[in-house]
Amino acid sequence: MKTQTEYFHLLKSALEDFRRNKVRTALTSLGIMIGVLSVVMLIALGLGLKNYIQGQFENLGTNLIFILPGGGFGTEGGGGAASFGPGLASGARFDEKDASSLKRIPGVDIVVPVFMKTAAVEGEAEEHFGYIMGTNEEIFQALNLKQEAGVKFSKADVERRAKVAVLGNTIANELFGGSEAAVGKTIRFLDQRVRVVGVVEKKGDNEMDNAVFMPYKTTFGGINPDKDFFTIYLGVASEDDVERVKKEAETTLLRRYKEDEFSVSEQSQILSTVNTIFGVINAVLVAIGSISLLVGGIGIMNIMYATVTERTKEVGIRRAVGATQRDILLQFLAESLLLSLFGGIMGLILASLIILGVRVFFPASLNFLAVAIALLVSSGIGIFFGVFPAKRAAGLAPIEAIRYE
Amino acid sequence: MIKLQNVSKTYFLGEEEVHAVDNISLEIKSRQYVSVLGSSGSGKSTLMYLIGLLEHPSSGKVLLDDKDVSVLSDDELSQIRNSSVGFVFQQFNLINKFTVFENVLLPTRYAKARLDFDPELKAEELLKKFGLWERKNFFPNKISGGQQQRVAIARALIMKPKIILADEPTGNLDSKTGDEILNILEGLNSEFGVTVVLVTHEKDVAARTKRRIYIKDGHIVEKYL
Repeated sequence: MKTQTEYFHLLKSALEDFRRNKVRTALTSLGIMIGVLSVVMLIALGLGLKNYIQGQFENLGTNLIFILPGGGFGTEGGGGAASFGPGLASGARFDEKDASSLKRIPGVDIVVPVFMKTAAVEGEAEEHFGYIMGTNEEIFQALNLKQEAGVKFSKADVERRAKVAVLGNTIANELFGGSEAAVGKTIRFLDQRVRVVGVVEKKGDNEMDNAVFMPYKTTFGGINPDKDFFTIYLGVASEDDVERVKKEAETTLLRRYKEDEFSVSEQSQILSTVNTIFGVINAVLVAIGSISLLVGGIGIMNIMYATVTERTKEVGIRRAVGATQRDILLQFLAESLLLSLFGGIMGLILASLIILGVRVFFPASLNFLAVAIALLVSSGIGIFFGVFPAKRAAGLAPIEAIRYE
Repeated sequence: MIKLQNVSKTYFLGEEEVHAVDNISLEIKSRQYVSVLGSSGSGKSTLMYLIGLLEHPSSGKVLLDDKDVSVLSDDELSQIRNSSVGFVFQQFNLINKFTVFENVLLPTRYAKARLDFDPELKAEELLKKFGLWERKNFFPNKISGGQQQRVAIARALIMKPKIILADEPTGNLDSKTGDEILNILEGLNSEFGVTVVLVTHEKDVAARTKRRIYIKDGHIVEKYL
């Protein structure tokens, strides 16, 4: 067994060599540092992106069912996210009839049809890009949107096709410089003039914060000539009813549309799809980052081989005074381990600093797992790439080593 | 203590076979002070490394306390070198990145059995004995050749070995300093009964030992005593 002083001797011996070869030590560690930095950064950015997107979905109210055109997020038929794109083009166009038949399903609390169109929105002097959403008064409940100024539009507003709108927080600020200032003003888009009655709180979601929420009946005609909807949200009162309502909604829609023309999915399904996608993206990113770790490891191996050659005489002396092959092996392994661990820790520190800086505009996050993996992997690399040079050192014939000049 | 029986060591220099040591038999008894005298290339150093278990014979046997060492593993040989053999080299062979004190302590790092002495106290005792205590925190390249060789002797002695093997210990020193080193080795033998094997090419150095072995072309040509 190694005693404490022997480990101390190993450590001291390694550190002494590092001190004598500062530049070489720094450059060798740099390889591992860059590797760890890139892996940790990629994990952090990937995780941040995933958390951000998850957060967007969690922004929505709970117990929501989404009815979307095309194969959508549903897993049936192996569609997955890949079919989402083409599905949009070929899928169903829902209308008021669908909304009212879905409303009759027991357990359905609210039905929110949504028509969406992008347009340049003009205020008094400013112009801003917005998402025109033709919907009903229940969207505020479904999407958990809280009032910041003014009022929401009502069911009566929908029925009488009132020319009113509720603005998302960002667009209100861009057009009028504030929520309160926006209330009562007129906005213009697509040859329509609409009065702003309220502004909702910021949600952190691009579409919602730049939305112009309007009674859907008001959009019929000029904005939405086909009187159709892009999506319908169903709010279910009780979580226990979600599965049953999904099935019944499918049955209802199958009377009018083919199976692949629409999809019925719930939040958890979408979240799991998001998780799957980001799992794959993260794996790819980490694999790319690992290449630099590998290169760093090869750098360590290279330097350790050079070190072994340079210190052949020292190995001979140590062997002459009684060091076993294992003692020599451990000595060189300790060095390569320290080299790469040092690089790993530096990479981690640098990554943390960058993440702290990036956080201001991107939701990067560092978790314990990434830190643990970074340290484990860099130690592993130190040992793996250190073994071959250390074995060479241990295998040197003592007598030849001691005569080496 | 150490017996060589018909020991040969053959090297290959390219195609050429070199019989560095050719069929040598000899015995070194405990407490002896022996010199191995020969010109350069005579095989005297190889003989010393065979005695010191740093080199394996190509044929023949090396017996340590009547036990054949050829059956021992590398670990066991290392352990014997550590506990029983002390080397002193012409080139001093100190580790330059360690201080004088750390160099003297080096063999104790590789001791596998518990030591019956305090390494640091023993190192202090040896350094004081050789007048090097004030230099204990110096690095080897900051002290003189004679001082370095005394550090090397202290390192060879710290494990209280049975035998000291000195390969041209005065070869890199002026004659006055060389004399001091020889006096130290002589003292170790006469005062403390340490077996000392001194390898040299200088007749007058060899003349100081009680027993002399002359080597030429890998053969023993003459033995005194």
